Amino acid sequence: MNNIIKIAFRNLYRQKRRSLLTMGIVAFGVLAVLLFSATAGSFKNVMISEITDSMLGHIQIHAKGYINSMDNLPLDNTLQAKQIEQMEKILDEIPEIESYSYRILLGGMLSNYLESTSAKFSAIIPAKETQVVPLLENRLMEGTFLKKGEILLPELITKGFDSKIGDDIVLVATNADGSLNGQNFKITGIMESVMGPTGKYGYIHFDDAQTLLRMNELQVSEVAIRLKDFGDVKKVYRILNEKLGEIKNPKGIEVFEIHTWENLSPFYNIAQMIDMMALFIQIILIGIVLVSIMNVMIMAVYERTKEIGSISAMGTLPSKIRWMFIFEGFFLGVFGSIIGLVVSLIAIFIVNISHLTIAFGRNSIILLQPEVSISQIGLTALIVIIVSIIAVMEPAFKASKLEPIEALRQN
Amino acid sequence: MPLISCDGISKIYKMGEVEIKALNNISLEISKSQFVSFIGPSGSGKTTMLNLFGVLDKPTSGTLKVIDADISKLDYVQRAKFRGEHMGFIFQNFNLIPVLTVYENVEYPLIMVKSTPVKERKAKVLSLLDAVGMLDQKDKLINQISGGQKQRAAIARALTTDPKIVLADEPTANLDHESAFKVMSLMKKLSHEVGTTFIFSTHDPKIVKEADIIYTLEDGILTKREERSKG
Ligand SMILES: Nc1ncnc2c1ncn2[C@@H]1O[C@H](COP(=O)(O)OP(=O)(O)OP(=O)(O)O)[C@@H](O)[C@H]1O
Ligand SMILES: [Mg+2]
Repeated sequence: MNNIIKIAFRNLYRQKRRSLLTMGIVAFGVLAVLLFSATAGSFKNVMISEITDSMLGHIQIHAKGYINSMDNLPLDNTLQAKQIEQMEKILDEIPEIESYSYRILLGGMLSNYLESTSAKFSAIIPAKETQVVPLLENRLMEGTFLKKGEILLPELITKGFDSKIGDDIVLVATNADGSLNGQNFKITGIMESVMGPTGKYGYIHFDDAQTLLRMNELQVSEVAIRLKDFGDVKKVYRILNEKLGEIKNPKGIEVFEIHTWENLSPFYNIAQMIDMMALFIQIILIGIVLVSIMNVMIMAVYERTKEIGSISAMGTLPSKIRWMFIFEGFFLGVFGSIIGLVVSLIAIFIVNISHLTIAFGRNSIILLQPEVSISQIGLTALIVIIVSIIAVMEPAFKASKLEPIEALRQN
Repeated sequence: MPLISCDGISKIYKMGEVEIKALNNISLEISKSQFVSFIGPSGSGKTTMLNLFGVLDKPTSGTLKVIDADISKLDYVQRAKFRGEHMGFIFQNFNLIPVLTVYENVEYPLIMVKSTPVKERKAKVLSLLDAVGMLDQKDKLINQISGGQKQRAAIARALTTDPKIVLADEPTANLDHESAFKVMSLMKKLSHEVGTTFIFSTHDPKIVKEADIIYTLEDGILTKREERSKG
């Protein structure tokens, strides 16, 4: 086997330029895959954490049917005190859950005594909420974060609505029974908009919403959950579905509906597209490796026909001749991957130190910090090497099946 | 017991409709340790004959026995093993492996065809390189030595596995006169020293003189057998 490897290796060396070129092509493919998946992956991760950490949370629970009628923010389809109690027991028992918070979502009229506008609000318990969505406070463009009696206006409303921080404002809302009620708030901050379902909402305190909406007991429109490990989303989703699915109302209909961030955020489609593109680039890599290695190996067999004929005449078994060529293709793949990997790591390093940014949405500038995982590197190298071996199979078998007399007659 | 015996063998090549009788009803016997030559004009069937002896090909009809094996009954892999076991080859174009050194080329059959232990291998290769006068060239690559040197290395390579038969199809055709003579006398000397049967073909009447037995082929027919007194 040693000798087979030695011959394969020297044959590559004999055609130095050609081998280097092929390795270069393979390396280029590896570079494309790794650089793309690192950059796009970094973009994707930043976006996902931006969305989940600044508004959405990882998983949300609502009363059944709430999401479908979310445009109306129905106050008659909320989770009731008893159900919340049952749910809390279940949530507290799942170790993967780091924290959860309650929200009441409501729409209403804002009036500063001169003009009025309609707006949507998320009523939160600030201490809890910032545990679930730690980036929420970062969205505060000016002012201070929420306390009771205070209101954080969405960025959108402040344009064309003449109210400043420190001003008083009245929020008028209809409760579940249809009766109208108003309450005074002090404007203490402006919230930046983000992409997603409640990304353009203002904020008030949970207790204020309960008073405003005349809720006698605990009612919740939305429960947002944060996990200790983002990677557990699917798993916890399954557990929640199973456990909360058992809780039914007297009519036998399930009480809760559960959604992961993926179901709730439009960014999930973009994230999927990024994954698709990464897959396409991987397929292109496979094509590049397949064609370039098969090409040089077919050429090598053709050029070395006489040589193959002579070693075959001397009694070298077909299987050994086959191995010589397989190793040649294998080495092309291996060295191509190594070169590609080194170049990729350098390229990724350069992107990192040059602080490239991408503007996403209207105002969030994302700093690209590409990184590749060992598994991504391993997978790419594995693909290249396997494809190299597949590519060399046809020429290798052809070489091993050459009739020595025919091969020796070639000029 | 002859080493090779042919009984009425023919070889017919079919080229579409046309049949070419490369060998026609040949019967002969070659015994051990002979230095045998086949001569004849171009296209007379010399290469075809040597390919059959070398178990590279099968006759169309007739029986060919090489070292007691009926060649027609061996398949592709069995023939490869048989060649590795009993045959040595010297080619007109030398056909040494260009990426290996002279030493590695001579060593090649011991590793790739037979699995000879390292120590034994080294001793064998060095003694053969010495015998063909190539010891001082052993670390050169093939494209760094002359034609005559290549053929001497090829002779060493053909002998490393201690074959019973060495086949050489026009071994001197690509050499100048002086080198050709040197190669021939080397082959003859070694054939008697190691007790290997050498079978070679040639166009060159001067070179033929070295042979113990000379067969003449014309249009695939054996027309003459000459035996020369040794010495
Ligand atoms: N593979 C083949 N297919 C068809 N015809 C062949 C084949 N090999 C040899 N022949 C024919 O068989 C005949 C004998 O050829 P062979 O090569 O044995 O002659 P040779 O004596 O070695 O000639 P040369 O001195 O030119 O090498 C020739 O007519 C040749 O054209
Ligand atoms: Mg010939």
